Amino acid sequence: MSLLIGALTIGLILSLLALGVFISFRIFEFPDITADGSSTLGAAVAAALIVNGSNPALATAAGFAAGFVAGSVTGVLAAKFKINGLLSGILVMTGLYSVNLHIMGRSNVPLFSSITLSTYAQGAGAKFLGGSEPLNILGWEVSVLDASTLVLVFLSIALVGAGLYWFFQTNLGTAMRATGDNSQMIRALGVSDENMIILGLAVSNGLIGLAGAFLAQYQGFADVQMGIGMVVWGLASVIIGEALVGSRSLGLMIVGAVMGSVLFRLLVAIALRLGLNPNDLKLITAAFVFVALVLPGMVNRLKSRTIGHSRA
Amino acid sequence: MLEIRQVRKVFHRGTPNEVRALQGVDLATKGESFVVVIGTNGSGKTTLLNAVAGTIIVDSGSIFLDGNDITRWPEHRRAKLIGRVFQNPFSGTAPHMTIAENLALAICRGRGRGLGWALSKGSLSAFRDRVRQLNMGLENRLDGPIGTLSGGQRQALTLLMATCLRPQLLLLDEHTAALDPKSAEQVIELTAQIVQREKLNTLMVTHSMRHAVNLGNRLIMMNHGEIIQDFQGAEKRRLRVDDLMIRFDEVRRAEQLDESAAQMLELLYV
Repeated sequence: MSLLIGALTIGLILSLLALGVFISFRIFEFPDITADGSSTLGAAVAAALIVNGSNPALATAAGFAAGFVAGSVTGVLAAKFKINGLLSGILVMTGLYSVNLHIMGRSNVPLFSSITLSTYAQGAGAKFLGGSEPLNILGWEVSVLDASTLVLVFLSIALVGAGLYWFFQTNLGTAMRATGDNSQMIRALGVSDENMIILGLAVSNGLIGLAGAFLAQYQGFADVQMGIGMVVWGLASVIIGEALVGSRSLGLMIVGAVMGSVLFRLLVAIALRLGLNPNDLKLITAAFVFVALVLPGMVNRLKSRTIGHSRA
Repeated sequence: MLEIRQVRKVFHRGTPNEVRALQGVDLATKGESFVVVIGTNGSGKTTLLNAVAGTIIVDSGSIFLDGNDITRWPEHRRAKLIGRVFQNPFSGTAPHMTIAENLALAICRGRGRGLGWALSKGSLSAFRDRVRQLNMGLENRLDGPIGTLSGGQRQALTLLMATCLRPQLLLLDEHTAALDPKSAEQVIELTAQIVQREKLNTLMVTHSMRHAVNLGNRLIMMNHGEIIQDFQGAEKRRLRVDDLMIRFDEVRRAEQLDESAAQMLELLYV
């Protein structure tokens, strides 16, 4: 049961990453791989502040702000200096590695003995339940810490998802979506597509930094290597989400990205339980994204070929 | 009020592919003037339109619109004053967004965009009324994505979007060239209607001699980046397609003469 709850919690935390990747890859069609650096940045900033005794909620918000700044740097490189989008992300990501080491002061910052959002959640949970006895859910024993962390994470993600849904229906958010859809048109309607890309990547990486900040507090440490492969992970979640709910409306796509992230994490947890070597995880994730990108086109080609044959 | 003074633009300067797209163009139009621009391929008419729109920044000369020197303004800043319809029907609308969302983007042209809802009940019914005027049955499809519409429908909507907030200048860049004949007529009719009703200062590039003759109250002909003919007032009203064809023929012959003369000189002296 704790495996299931753990997978759910991490899946929900990483759905922030999926939402960030959704904004850059799907709304702007911008292959932004800053995520590998900005997720670690969010974790590093939050961890460094928490270790120094800051309020964990404030530290988490700082993780968002740090990611926001990192994303806007990538946006400026790509939009103002006209550097290829992929390269802009690589430059910022590479630079962030050093920045993260400086922020943490070493390659790993443990948070086990610090007050984090999990501590807050546990306290609130204990107060709400009137004690810290393990809960009994459907015959499984669940600790108050696990249950209340899951609830806190779920509430946070619901809030962020609703906020994004609202934002993309405002005048500003609509202009942002139109920038990804047809930049020539949005310029002709008086919007600087450059500024939209900068702001969009900032929001995207802000969410990814937030994911990093949550993740560091959940797993109890921030590590300079923790961001490796995050883009591909987020992309896999987005693709699974699209397979689950389609891409008909904005609300569905946001819900889909969250569901995709949770489902992907559950599948990974099950695979690890069944004896998958953790070292193979990134290879399998990459292979999965490759297949998911290529398969639809191949299926369509096969279909049209068989139709062609039956006609002939 | 648009004023273009001695505008020049060279593409690929200093290379064998150097193109002198605009070679000192002067043009002044007052409000309510509907100027049709014609010319052969490569005559610079689209470049002229792009120079006014800000898609390209000119090498020298200046452009004034509505009392502002817009020569160095970026494209999106000029959009505050200018409405545009492109040649490609896919250029003027966002395909994955709904008709209503596209219109909501258009009514904010050139204004700050904040965190207010883009769509409200009131704006939806206003959009429905506007779209109904197109007589294309689109008023019941406001929530459908624009990408599913035909080229003619998209071009009509783009025209509506370019003019729903009254522009100081309307730029039409061969906006019916990519449409089938029936849709092209529909869009031209709509163009004439809107320009007349809103009394818009308009600059329209076209390849169709018939549209050039039938529309507008002024016609300019371009060749090699220069305005070579300017028909206004009664002269424009009297103009027929044949007159234009004759004029084009003259231009062509003069060029052939130039070329053969150059060849002759080359043979004699080189």
